[in-house]
Amino acid sequence: MMQIEVNNKKIQAEPGEMILTALKRAGIHVPTLCYLEKLPPAGRCRICVVEVEGRKDLVTACSTPVQENMKIKTHSPRVLNTRKKILELLLSNHPDDCLYCVRNGQCDLRQLADEMYIRTRDLPRNVKKGEIDTSSLSIVREPSKCILCGRCVRVCAEIQTVNAIEIMQRGSLAYVGIEDDKGMGESWCINCGQCVVVCPTGALAEKSHVEMVKDALGDPKKYVVVQHAPSISVTLAEEFGFPVGTDVDCLMVAAFRAMGFDRVFDTSFSADLTIMEEGSELVHRLLHGGKLPMMTSCSPGWVKFVEQFYPELTENVSTCKSPQQMMGAIIKSFFSERENIKPEDIFSVSIMPCTAKKFEANRPEMGRNGVSDVDAVLTTRELAELIRLYGIDFKSLKPEEADDPFGQRTTAGKIFGASGGVMEAALRSGYFLVTGKELEDLSIEPVRGLEGIREAKIKVNDLELHVAVTSGLGNARKLMDQVRAGRKDLHFIEIMTCPGGCIAGGGQPRNADFEKFKARAQSLYTIDKNEEIRVSHKNPSIIRLYDEFLGKPLGEKSHKLLHTHYKKRELYN
Amino acid sequence: MISEKKALTRHADVPGMDVIDHYIKDGGYQGLEKALKRVPQDIVEEVKKSFLRGRGGAGFPTGLKWSFLPKEKTKPFYLVCNADEGEPGTFKDRIIMENDPFLLIEGMTITGYAIRADLGFIYIRGEFKWIAEKLEKAIEQAKKKNLLGKNILNSNYCFDIKVMRGAGAYICGEETALLESIEGKRGEPRTKPPFPANVGLYGCPTIVNNVETLACIPFILQHDAETFKLMGSFQAAGTKLYGISGHVNKPGVYEYPMGTNLKDLIQYAAGGVKNSKKLKAVIPGGLSATILKADEIDVNMDFDSCLKKDTMLGSGGIIVMDEDTSIPEVAMTTINFFTHESCGQCAPCREGLAKIQQILKNLLAGNGTANDLKTIDELANIINGSTLCPLGEAGALAVNAMIQKFRPEFESLVN
Ligand SMILES: Cc1cc2nc3c(=O)[nH]c(=O)nc-3n(C[C@H](O)[C@H](O)[C@H](O)COP(=O)(O)O)c2cc1C
Ligand code: SF4
Ligand code: SF4
Ligand code: SF4
Ligand code: SF4
Repeated sequence: MMQIEVNNKKIQAEPGEMILTALKRAGIHVPTLCYLEKLPPAGRCRICVVEVEGRKDLVTACSTPVQENMKIKTHSPRVLNTRKKILELLLSNHPDDCLYCVRNGQCDLRQLADEMYIRTRDLPRNVKKGEIDTSSLSIVREPSKCILCGRCVRVCAEIQTVNAIEIMQRGSLAYVGIEDDKGMGESWCINCGQCVVVCPTGALAEKSHVEMVKDALGDPKKYVVVQHAPSISVTLAEEFGFPVGTDVDCLMVAAFRAMGFDRVFDTSFSADLTIMEEGSELVHRLLHGGKLPMMTSCSPGWVKFVEQFYPELTENVSTCKSPQQMMGAIIKSFFSERENIKPEDIFSVSIMPCTAKKFEANRPEMGRNGVSDVDAVLTTRELAELIRLYGIDFKSLKPEEADDPFGQRTTAGKIFGASGGVMEAALRSGYFLVTGKELEDLSIEPVRGLEGIREAKIKVNDLELHVAVTSGLGNARKLMDQVRAGRKDLHFIEIMTCPGGCIAGGGQPRNADFEKFKARAQSLYTIDKNEEIRVSHKNPSIIRLYDEFLGKPLGEKSHKLLHTHYKKRELYN
Repeated sequence: MISEKKALTRHADVPGMDVIDHYIKDGGYQGLEKALKRVPQDIVEEVKKSFLRGRGGAGFPTGLKWSFLPKEKTKPFYLVCNADEGEPGTFKDRIIMENDPFLLIEGMTITGYAIRADLGFIYIRGEFKWIAEKLEKAIEQAKKKNLLGKNILNSNYCFDIKVMRGAGAYICGEETALLESIEGKRGEPRTKPPFPANVGLYGCPTIVNNVETLACIPFILQHDAETFKLMGSFQAAGTKLYGISGHVNKPGVYEYPMGTNLKDLIQYAAGGVKNSKKLKAVIPGGLSATILKADEIDVNMDFDSCLKKDTMLGSGGIIVMDEDTSIPEVAMTTINFFTHESCGQCAPCREGLAKIQQILKNLLAGNGTANDLKTIDELANIINGSTLCPLGEAGALAVNAMIQKFRPEFESLVN
């Protein structure tokens, strides 16, 4: 530790760290627009400039390392004036569109304008132009609102290694675009929405399905069913001012009913179902010489990633549909038959942490006879918008339980929401499927965690099962390169598109940092620790579903409804 | 009266310098031969003693820069020659490369030895295609003579040079943007630290030097540090190539002692202002340098003396303007250039320069307001000291100086 002096007060700093890190630790706020935790500093926006004694130029706190006894001023007249003027420059090109903007109320840029006390338009205006890009099924781009902070581009390139978007042109002509000025929908964007979560403005947003859902709720001929993904109940809280990680499952169910949803189901139930199918598939592959390592298929961004960048590995991907699509298929088959409602009269909504789920629901193979299994996908953020739209005072709701038959879940399905959760749930049930016994310790710590690539070996009878877990496609790429280069020891790999898993998905509440991700994940594991049924194969509703309808895992009905196939995607088409 | 000193142009009178035998016959490669008999560290010390300062614009002491390389060598080291020469008013590096390509190649070969580099790059401005080809031919000749390649002159020293052409962006002359460009990425300057001497090309320790800087090296090694120093003036070491353009009788590149007076350079080297017009203004060191009024040109043209006069030596590209020149139009051209060449990475440069451009354009079109000059001044003041690389502030300050020094001309544009 060393000492530096900030605004005439001494604070501690670690050698080698950036000024901004030391300031954060000391609780001194300096605004940023381009800073991204966990990535090397870019120094683009220059909003975090501070004054360092003895230096002629201001320095950016994000990219300047601390030095022993450095004397820093974070809010000197020169600093404040510079920050304000830089922001005024950005605003002078910005459409003053707040009242009609997706980010109205939750906009970093707007908030910063307030913080910098901007009250007049002093600079001549030159509002940016740029057509709204609606070509993607998941994401809408509104280039006129872009302030070129570069966050989206860096996340896409450096974390996801997809490189779908890039900065085109230079100087004041620069814009975020796609090769050959194509639309995002024609690009190799895998729809993860990580760019959307980090965008400080309304330049990037999910393709909204709020209106669709509102219309369905208002249509007396529609039977509106909703499912909510495992992670939603522990992240929605942040949108309504609860402490990070609060589980609001039962309040959310109450909110659905108050808004007029006819049935409320839990995607964690179909996560249990996924485990039954995927666990059986793994056992089948192991016993019958199937393609190994098998890889999970519940994260649609990852699926498109394999289809595009590792087409030779598509056969390694489990044929199981994702929990969203399994639930969708069951609702529009079994449930529709049982309740005697025609599939086309059911409006099936899912609440997902994810923008790629919108794309997935639209894949042509995800339905039957021209009726798709999932009709609308709302992100956690959109759900909050919907709840606000219906004027529901979230905090004063009384807790309610989800509906039968697909409201019952185990905690194995619930932990799907964190990276490593699918693996853990699959190992719990896979072990049972092969040995007929339960694992001694159901908590499999080595596969838990939000970062890096984690590997574990589990003894299942004679076989030493070797598994790997990772999240974030940059990490996935590393692992896939090993597999492609001939790595043979792995049997099963879990990949989640977003770094940390669904709790950090592209549809989750914004302004989260790593600490928040940890709190969200912890909440899921606390639920897992505290509840009775922790293995998917013991979910009574799952057992009943197989008895009454599906038969057995990998059976004929399962094959038709719960499994799918992949295609090789050409990159340049 | 001032007199030329020939260190860099010493072969200028001999034709056919692009044939290696001619170059050797005229004394070429003696510097390398002598260098290879010494240990690398010794050469770094010699260059330090010569007080050679980088000719790319910033005037950083060359020997000192070399000594920033890590002592331990765990990765390849690279030497990059900055031949991007894009600063308006600057055309001296091309003279060296066109007329005396082996001088640069010899300089790089010696430097590569001194800094323990494994490979050298010449990053040359895209428009200089024919010069790039000339350099490539010269490199081939040097290889055939064992003056480049493996085991150079049986010294165990191996060094090769690759020529890479830029794609037309001025910003790629900034050393870290240049490295990005060689790596095949967008030409955007990197944040510093880390500096290239630690993390440079492909993450390896790298030294970037200007063409003229590297061309000084053979002379220093052929003679010695002291001789080079004495080629300069009382206050600054070595010679300098001054490129003089604009309203003068004899525009061109001239070699004079570092620190030669600007007034004398214009008068004697370039033959004075054309058509016997009166001098109005001079930009002394490429378009980034602060403009000087006619009564401010009694400046010694070396790094420190220029700074003392609130301008800079920069690249030594001297732009002379006579009494008929409209400074607002010069300001417009200047801001157009910098706005166009901004990489767009950082907000104050990208948005600030464009805003100044917008305001000036309005002003010149007769739609200005009394507040405009104040707004530009305010913008220039915050761009100064807040940009990621020097381009943004250079553009803003250059234009603002024109306004401040020739204010009535601008004020008369406001209705
Ligand atoms: C915008 C910008 C453009 C530059 N262009 C050039 C150039 O064309 N040639 C050059 O040698 N240095 C140029 N430089 C300076 C380089 O960044 C670097 O300082 C120089 O190449 C170092 O060489 P030296 O130490 O030999 O001077 C430029 C700097 C900036 C900020
Ligand atoms: S992005 Fe923010 S500042 Fe811009 S219009 Fe939308 S809410 Fe307003
Ligand atoms: S959604 Fe994901 S893949 Fe697509 S552009 Fe954004 S970060 Fe890149
Ligand atoms: S789209 Fe958003 S994240 Fe991307 S550069 Fe623009 S403002 Fe930044
Ligand atoms: S100052 Fe201008 S040229 Fe330099 S990095 Fe910033 S935007 Fe790019």
